[in-house]
Amino acid sequence: MSLELKNVEKKVGIDTHIHPTSLRLEKNTINVLLGSTLAGKTTLMQIMAGLDKPTSGEIWFDEKNVTGIKVQKRNCSMVYQQFINYPNYTVYENIASPLAITGVKDDEIKQRVGKVAELLKLSAMLNKKPDELSGGQQQRTALARALVKDSDLILLDEPLANLDFKLREELREELPKLFEDRDCIVVYATTEPSDALMIGGNTATLLEGKVIQYGKTLEVYSKPENLVSAKVFSDPPMNIAEIIKSGDNCKFTDNNVQWKSSAKIKDGTYKIGIRPHNITTYKEGNNSVEINGKVQISELSGSESLIHFTNGNLNWVSLSNGTQQKNVGEDTKLYMNTDEFLYFDQNNRLVNNG
Amino acid sequence: MNKTINQKAWYFVIPVFVLVAFNAAIPLMTVVNYSFQETFGNNVFAWEGTRWFKQILLSERFHASLGRQFAFTFIILLIQIPLGIGIALTMPKKGWGVPVCLILMSMPLLIPWNVVGAMWNIFALPDIGFLGYSLNAMGFDYNFTQQPGDAWFTTILMDVWHWTSLVVLLSYAGLNSIQPAYYQAAEIDGASRWATFRYIELPKMKKVLTLAILLRFMDSFMIYTEPFVLTGGGPGNTTAFLSIDLVKMALGQFDLGPAAAMSLIYFFIVLLVCWVFYNLMMKNEAQS
Repeated sequence: MSLELKNVEKKVGIDTHIHPTSLRLEKNTINVLLGSTLAGKTTLMQIMAGLDKPTSGEIWFDEKNVTGIKVQKRNCSMVYQQFINYPNYTVYENIASPLAITGVKDDEIKQRVGKVAELLKLSAMLNKKPDELSGGQQQRTALARALVKDSDLILLDEPLANLDFKLREELREELPKLFEDRDCIVVYATTEPSDALMIGGNTATLLEGKVIQYGKTLEVYSKPENLVSAKVFSDPPMNIAEIIKSGDNCKFTDNNVQWKSSAKIKDGTYKIGIRPHNITTYKEGNNSVEINGKVQISELSGSESLIHFTNGNLNWVSLSNGTQQKNVGEDTKLYMNTDEFLYFDQNNRLVNNG
Repeated sequence: MNKTINQKAWYFVIPVFVLVAFNAAIPLMTVVNYSFQETFGNNVFAWEGTRWFKQILLSERFHASLGRQFAFTFIILLIQIPLGIGIALTMPKKGWGVPVCLILMSMPLLIPWNVVGAMWNIFALPDIGFLGYSLNAMGFDYNFTQQPGDAWFTTILMDVWHWTSLVVLLSYAGLNSIQPAYYQAAEIDGASRWATFRYIELPKMKKVLTLAILLRFMDSFMIYTEPFVLTGGGPGNTTAFLSIDLVKMALGQFDLGPAAAMSLIYFFIVLLVCWVFYNLMMKNEAQS
């Protein structure tokens, strides 16, 4: 079982919503579509489900061309950002609805709903209506509806976006477990890089209707093919600066910070990407360099401190562990872990690959 | 906390108080006043207790007009609500069709009530009216000024023409507030068009439909101008609905006591039905 998009393109009027995209998703995988709003995640999912037709290109499922086959005829389920349930059905009837429509026997429905409800901790509220439930429970009900039928394809469109922080954390941890021993392809759309890392599996980075990179989540994160993919997969935003390399010595164009690089690349000018957590108020790794900065903004978020600072003409974002209190306007010293630098050439392609 | 005591603030309440007094309390109390007394002109009143109420509640004339009123309201609700929902479902959701439909739909609502009555009167006249003439030309024996059935048919048709739009507009607003994801979810489940309507659209429209039914109930229950201009309550008394009958009694016969009692009974019926209906519809909402 596999889902394959072959040169799928979607145009609405003169706008291109999805540029020609080819993607192959394998059985028993969780695939994250990572991109900001309007990157085309939802459109892509609707095309995968058959809710929307591509302008050109083909969709193959299980080595069969399913382009143009309606969603009712395919075996898929979908969970949305909004909590979508039948308003005047109870939780039980809601979960049972996909089965009841396809004519499954009552005994079997009862047993399957019971099992899913237990898995999603809904057993105690089977007789309630959706609007008597909390947001988290409503979304669990929607998830249960998606899980109860043995779909070949489960699409989750930002399912956690409308939940408050605690519930989101909780459900995010549970989600991958729910799909562990299921014979299906899961697609999960999100705007948050941390979601992708937590869920694991594979990730496709998207920007403006283009799939930038697809691969194992950790690989896409640690070895982004290009600068765009790196930017999409970084929150807070990645720091980017131009450098000059000659021999082992590297130096920023805008200041005098220097370091030795073991990257096996030619001399010349490069762009480097530094994730915020690789600039810290303390030394990390064996090859860290010092950088001076003037604090612009200093934010504490519990266990982490986000410090925005300027050095020369450049603005930098750093993310340190613990509470690092800095005053705005203060001159401060930070450390960059040069081992984690990502070097990109003038065409924005990653060069220190491996 | 220190609470500032400033009794002058009460002055701000005076305008509202005066307004409510003049537009609701005082006229209503005048009616109450008449309903318990006999008046002889020159401001001479004699106490009658509940006599007028008993008289009205036992009078066959009142029973008949109340019966006609309920029948009329029931029939137009039965037609207008499903028809309104039906039209709203077929209206376009985007594109140039939207403003066109909305404007066409709101047209009948903008016409003054007595103009609607006059229009339909002429439209339905059997000798010169387009509707009346055509029906007769097609072989129907149609004359709304002489045959009670035709008079009812015309009155109902007029009301449906005039007011279905209101139901359409409310239902359309209700339908438009349903997120597209609901339809997609139903599609993925493989739900039929009917199931989508029954389990998504109808429950989601519940609030606006309650409002539509309440508004249409109240308006049709108090209908006066249009049938007065169209049929004048005739032929005979066959289309004399409650308010037409009431005006006849109050201004035609100058029976101010019974008319006042009838007004109050009328008012309480409207209030009671609305209250019961609203509470039934909203019973489940309150729990959540």
